[in-house]
Amino acid sequence: MDKKPSHARTVIAYIVLVILTILCLFFFYILIINCTRSHQQIQAGFSFLPGSSFSKNFNAVIHDAKLPVMSGIRNSLIVSGCCAVLSTYFSALTAYGLYAYNFKLKKPAFIFIMLILVMPTQVSAMGFINVITKMGMINTLYPLILPSVAAPAVFYFMYSYMQSSLPLELVEAARIDGSNEFRTFNRIVLPIMKPALAVQAIFAFVSNWNNYFIPALVLQENSKRTLPILIAMLRSADFLKFDMGKVYMLITIAIVPIIIVYIALSKYIVAGVALGGVKE
Amino acid sequence: MSKRKKSEIKEISYAKWGYIFIAPFFITFVVFQLIPLGQTIYYSFFEYYRSGLTIIGPNPVGLDNYKALLESDFLKYAANTIILWLAGFIPQIIISLLLAAWFTDVRLRIRGKQFFKVVIYMPNLIMASAFAMLFFALFSENGPVNATLVSLGILKTPFRFLASIAGTRGLVALMNFLMWFGNTTILLMAAVMGINPSLFEAAELDGCSPRQTFFRVTLPMIRPILVYVLITSMIGGLQMFDVPQILTNGTGSPDRTVTTLIMYLNNHLYNKNYGMAGAISVVLFIICAALCLLVYFNLNPTDSDRKTRKKNRSNAGKEAING
Amino acid sequence: MKKGFKTFLSFALAAAMIFGMTACGGNSGGGGEEAPAEEGKVFNIWCWNDEFQTRFNDYYPEVAEVAEDGSTTTLNDGTVVNWIIEPNEGNNYQNKLDEALLNQENADADSKVDMFLVEADYARKYTNSDATMNVADLGGVLDATSDQYDYTKEVVSDADGNVKGVSWQACPGLIAYRRSIAKEVLGSDDPETVQAAVADWDKFAETAQKMSDAGYKMLSGYDDTFRPFYNNDAAPFVEDGKTLNIDKNIMDWVAMTKDYTDKGYNNKTSLWSTEWAADQGKDAKVFCIPACTWEIDFTLTGNADPDETKDPEQSAWGDYAVCVGPVNWCWGGTWITAATGTDNPTLVADIMTKMTTDKDILKKIAVDKGDFVNSKSVIADLAANYEGNDFLGGQNHYALLSDAAAGLSLKIASPYDQGVIEKMQSSMKDYFDGNVDLDGAKANFETVIKELYPEIETVNWPE
Repeated sequence: MDKKPSHARTVIAYIVLVILTILCLFFFYILIINCTRSHQQIQAGFSFLPGSSFSKNFNAVIHDAKLPVMSGIRNSLIVSGCCAVLSTYFSALTAYGLYAYNFKLKKPAFIFIMLILVMPTQVSAMGFINVITKMGMINTLYPLILPSVAAPAVFYFMYSYMQSSLPLELVEAARIDGSNEFRTFNRIVLPIMKPALAVQAIFAFVSNWNNYFIPALVLQENSKRTLPILIAMLRSADFLKFDMGKVYMLITIAIVPIIIVYIALSKYIVAGVALGGVKE
Repeated sequence: MSKRKKSEIKEISYAKWGYIFIAPFFITFVVFQLIPLGQTIYYSFFEYYRSGLTIIGPNPVGLDNYKALLESDFLKYAANTIILWLAGFIPQIIISLLLAAWFTDVRLRIRGKQFFKVVIYMPNLIMASAFAMLFFALFSENGPVNATLVSLGILKTPFRFLASIAGTRGLVALMNFLMWFGNTTILLMAAVMGINPSLFEAAELDGCSPRQTFFRVTLPMIRPILVYVLITSMIGGLQMFDVPQILTNGTGSPDRTVTTLIMYLNNHLYNKNYGMAGAISVVLFIICAALCLLVYFNLNPTDSDRKTRKKNRSNAGKEAING
Repeated sequence: MKKGFKTFLSFALAAAMIFGMTACGGNSGGGGEEAPAEEGKVFNIWCWNDEFQTRFNDYYPEVAEVAEDGSTTTLNDGTVVNWIIEPNEGNNYQNKLDEALLNQENADADSKVDMFLVEADYARKYTNSDATMNVADLGGVLDATSDQYDYTKEVVSDADGNVKGVSWQACPGLIAYRRSIAKEVLGSDDPETVQAAVADWDKFAETAQKMSDAGYKMLSGYDDTFRPFYNNDAAPFVEDGKTLNIDKNIMDWVAMTKDYTDKGYNNKTSLWSTEWAADQGKDAKVFCIPACTWEIDFTLTGNADPDETKDPEQSAWGDYAVCVGPVNWCWGGTWITAATGTDNPTLVADIMTKMTTDKDILKKIAVDKGDFVNSKSVIADLAANYEGNDFLGGQNHYALLSDAAAGLSLKIASPYDQGVIEKMQSSMKDYFDGNVDLDGAKANFETVIKELYPEIETVNWPE
């Protein structure tokens, strides 16, 4: 009674899994195929085989000042890279501050961060635009980078990780050796936190790479824009005159690098999801 | 651990380091979140917008913006947001529970678990705007999906997805489902693996069927993480923007049925109507604050049971990361 | 004490590092597209598509070199022209331009807006403001415009009658139709025969039925017939800055389009969409498109002949012809304006003069591109002597349209028209698609128009 249904369940499980896998991969397959085909081929109908217009589409996308892809990639890299570094470093620092020290405002500070853990930035977007305009940071990349110093969700991850794998004895030992606190954090705590830092850096990088709402409000000039804004501009009627080969190519450029990095690091990322629980 | 901590590091001289280390976080938070939030609330009581090249206001108007908000279709957009979120979330949680149960079921022994995990999580990393643009291209009237359906004889004429309410909402829900079910599956799996294995052994000894084990043991044990997934997903749903915005080119059509709350906010921000944008933000803030409280009590439980759960989870994750 | 200072130092260092890092990024991000500004001046032109850019690069005599990606044009004297192209839709171009113009005083000379383009749908917003310069203050430009069509000056004149912009084109509306389909269904592709079949909206509907019977669609989409109705409105949409009056003509367009949609006379597309573009191609089963002279080169040619084969066998090249249609109308045009605060007034004046009044240049544009240029004498010359446009199967459309052009008017243009028109079309699309009833579509229109223009208090619909 026990074994037969189990067999049937295995079959069902595989069928469902295969369907979901196809669902997940199918769209990317079409994307990859279509970015190698010319506009006319795409309009003529779908094909399962790639075409030969990859380099033509690629060059067309690269050499179009209306959608400056190269500067878009560069801006996206700057913002995502800086955010990844800042949010992981300062979140670890904050977590360490609350984990390793005892001070009067420790508990209120912790409760405060936990309370704003999942507060979306959208609710203060209006004031945010106002404030950064007054600070002269509108249409620059700073307002997209600097706020990542305060990343409650990353903080929570770091804090949980410290609870499970940073024995305070280590810190004590460092103190006895005469290491000052800042040095202890950089030289002893950070290396222990490496796995957590790596996982959160990846998440921070990806979420900023994909971020659209705030950058679209902040960045006014074409040369400052990040990739998601360029993608959104594609949807505007003015650019639909575009050939579809170019459209698919730009989407490919926006998402394929992330997928490659993901596949390379998938083990850590999947494990990180399981560990984190909290994701912006 | 915490007991030891208290006894050993009670020297006052180190306290200032605590403040120094948490200072950057709080300074940044105040500058980029708290002051903006204060301004948002402040300007919600003003008439303040751009008309062409002239700036109107700020003129104090009391609660007029809130009155206008009440009279607007705000509730309709709230309903849209909920419908779009549920349409993605319900299949997401069902599939995720199913997959989590299968993946952790020792009797099933599914091969290629890692592969499936990697694949189902992948859509979560895709730029939502690019994903939406991709769906727009794929599901347009003369796009590949319609072309395939027509050539297979399933449809006679192309289906105009974006001209149909169900079609547009369906696409948004499908994208949300695809982007999040992998994430939820992995979270639930971690939760299930955190359950004491002896419980499952006992259930098996008692002759429980897989179904009974799932409903009697697994579900009750992972209830806290389910609540957590639910609330964070609600907050994510509340923030829904990129996908419907780009899929419909900002119109939220047909009949504004895919206009979400954040799209509504964005319409006012984009047209520089700061007073109204402020009022919408304040209402959103109140909703989010309530949800934040729920998350807080979910993550900071008082009973010891949940603490064990949390610890198990982080240990499981840590092991997974470290190898 | 010492320790505290050290910490402070390390923090300051860290902060400096971060700022340095991002500042580098910021600078390279901004500087990448701009040309070096050491000696030659930088000239910024704002526009929403590449129509004027291609005209300028092809016909402005001072052009020395065009950047590979089209972002800049270098002139003979070393001046670098920066093209700032922002999508038009959803008032995006206006919003971005407003931002730049409001910042004009504080901007340094090289990033100031020097020249910007406007279309009729919102020209008045800028010509009624101080953001645009008087053309009369730009040397002899105004004197040279005496040969231009009057309406092109009227729409960019401020309340005191000062002309604030110039255009190189006049834009009489027309019906572009497929010769092959006309021959098959109407028996002849002669413009006069076709004109008789679309001479008024009743005849237009009869012909649509004939097309439908023969398996063709009269039109591609909903918005194609909007401009002929709108341009004949009795009054501007907004006159007092608070009230939006919808003309009866607009409701006639709604009723007609709903009727056509229900009867299957159109393909349910929206303006500029890929489906709409595809309906102008060789294999499309769509008979005609109410269009405008600038569309011939800007969209129709490309859509009819996407591979640029110029081969009637492989594309719809040569299979098009134009007739006047049921009513006279015009669709905008593009105006060049000088931004107040420009540091290159001489160059602005020279571009305006050469591109909009130089008869040789205008004639070349007309002959090469089929554009209806803004010079009565050039058009008169072409009407008599032009040997015909290849794309239009050898038709001389100047002869056909020169009378219509003389009577054009854009008196009804208001600063709000872009938003009103776009939102009217998108709101009514739900009605045409059957997702809402007419009242629902009207209510959605009112909602969205008040979002876009908070100052609009009331929307009046015709009885």
